[in-house]
Amino acid sequence: MRDTGTWEHFSHGSDIGVRGFGRSVEEAFEQAALALTAVVADVSTVRQNETVEVLCDAPDVELLLVSWLNAIIYEMAVRGMLFGAFRVEMEGSALKGTLRGEKVDPPRHHVAVEAKGATVTALRVLREANGRWVAQCVVDV
Amino acid sequence: MNRESLTRHSDYEWWIEPTGQMRVPAVIYAGEHLIDEMDEKVREQITNVATLPGIQRAAYAMPDAHWGYGFPIGGVAAFDPKEGGVISAGGVGFDISCGVRALHTMLTADQLEGRKEELAESLFDSVPAGVGSRGAIRLNEHEMDEMLFGGAEWAIGRGYGRPEDLERIEENGCASGAKAECVSHEAKKRQAQEMGTLGSGNHYLEVQRVAEIFDAASAAAFELHLNDIVLSIHCGSRGLGHQVGTDYLKSMVIDGYKPIPDRELACAPILSELGQKYLGAMRAATNCALANRQIITHLVRGAFAQVIPSAALTLLFDVSHNTCKIERHSIDGDVRELFVHRKGATRSFGPGHPDLPASLRAAGQPVLIGGTMGTESYVLVGTGECERLAFSSACHGAGRSMSRTQATKHWHGRQLVDELREKGVLIRTRSYRGVAEEAPGAYKDVNAVAEAAEHAGLARRVARLVPLICVKG
Repeated sequence: MRDTGTWEHFSHGSDIGVRGFGRSVEEAFEQAALALTAVVADVSTVRQNETVEVLCDAPDVELLLVSWLNAIIYEMAVRGMLFGAFRVEMEGSALKGTLRGEKVDPPRHHVAVEAKGATVTALRVLREANGRWVAQCVVDV
Repeated sequence: MNRESLTRHSDYEWWIEPTGQMRVPAVIYAGEHLIDEMDEKVREQITNVATLPGIQRAAYAMPDAHWGYGFPIGGVAAFDPKEGGVISAGGVGFDISCGVRALHTMLTADQLEGRKEELAESLFDSVPAGVGSRGAIRLNEHEMDEMLFGGAEWAIGRGYGRPEDLERIEENGCASGAKAECVSHEAKKRQAQEMGTLGSGNHYLEVQRVAEIFDAASAAAFELHLNDIVLSIHCGSRGLGHQVGTDYLKSMVIDGYKPIPDRELACAPILSELGQKYLGAMRAATNCALANRQIITHLVRGAFAQVIPSAALTLLFDVSHNTCKIERHSIDGDVRELFVHRKGATRSFGPGHPDLPASLRAAGQPVLIGGTMGTESYVLVGTGECERLAFSSACHGAGRSMSRTQATKHWHGRQLVDELREKGVLIRTRSYRGVAEEAPGAYKDVNAVAEAAEHAGLARRVARLVPLICVKG
């Protein structure tokens, strides 16, 4: 997994925004996914014991970010897992993602809140003047 | 929000006159202070809603309005399908049919003395809550479809509750027109282990005491007296509703009505294939929420039975505040069937409304306003004039005044739990971080919101409730 990117949260009236930065759009997506996990729990406590793969597609790169985050939310929900590392490969409008994590353990993971869905609110995927990629949207919790 | 850009029609009614693409005005119901506190995003979003085709009269924002998804939370808009009216996944929300249910224990506060700790533990053990919690009920594919078709009525048929509960639920506990086949396999799979769970975030289960009566006649009709003990449940359609919202938001962004001023306002004509599919799925998700609150009711009754078996726990009322319902409303004297979106807003039928059960028809519909742990909740009653003011709608809660990120910087969960205990409120939670994010101070003053709803004429205050036990989701 790449480790040159960063992530952060940003404020939304009732929910929370996730924002990933990276040297490539793929890395920005991976970092946004880490920000998503950090909405739910403490990322640093998540062990990478199991691997899950997801595939998604969308008509444009911004909707692809929403589809990617929603694919992770879905896997978290149905598998009862948290993911602490992500790898993204993109080809055109298709994305293949590798998620590594473990079953949720509320006390150890310092869980806060479930993610209901990634939204198109404050949705942006863009390359800044300095060449850095940013991928962000608001997550309904 | 800057008041100078609004036209003041009364102390509690502010208009944004139609300009540009707006088809109707936008109307905000709130006092000066709440307007000053209100996010500018509410203006932007409610103005955008006013541009949608088929909208009737006005786009409305309730006193607790704040920044949402396309629609503001606390937004109300009614659409006529015959005029090209639309339905919006964002206008209903991700947690479809999230709502509040209040049960009357018919106990008084003194009967709870010395039993609070035991009751808190019993409730906490009985109702799965928080991230990763799982319910005990597993449904096969056929049973899932039956649940999506039958709602609370299905749950009661399975033994989760009492037949008389149904008349105290909007639409008698079952949204008609639900289409399980319009709900994705993923949505059903997400729900597989979540029946009868509370969820997380601002969802809760609270034991509350009636601390003040405002309207003695309505309180009597609702059988509420000073110091009575009420139990409130705030939760929604769980993973299934969230996935339906996710699925159809994407479909509406890609294939829905265009042009729209903002992608998050994605919608589809009600009479289109996509609009009809969403309606069928949304109603199925509504039934999932109604079944879920019904199962939780059953679990709550079981928890009380272990501690205070004499508790009646009759259903006072169940309201949904993320909905789109077909209702008959008068437009310039012409009664039409409209699709009324209420995103973070509560239906508020006044006295005499034919859709109310006989036992409530004379008084009007109970409007349940949830607080947050440590702060008050309210029971209001619908007014006659509310139909004209906002298609019979009122507020739904306090609304956040501070983001989750800010809240965790201001408060520590453990400390909050201790402070609330000092004030006589027992908190049960699996997440101290969740408690910090939901700190009472992160919300607007619910008293001001309820007062504004009354002064605006949307609903009248009946009773103020204070929390004694709160199981946090």
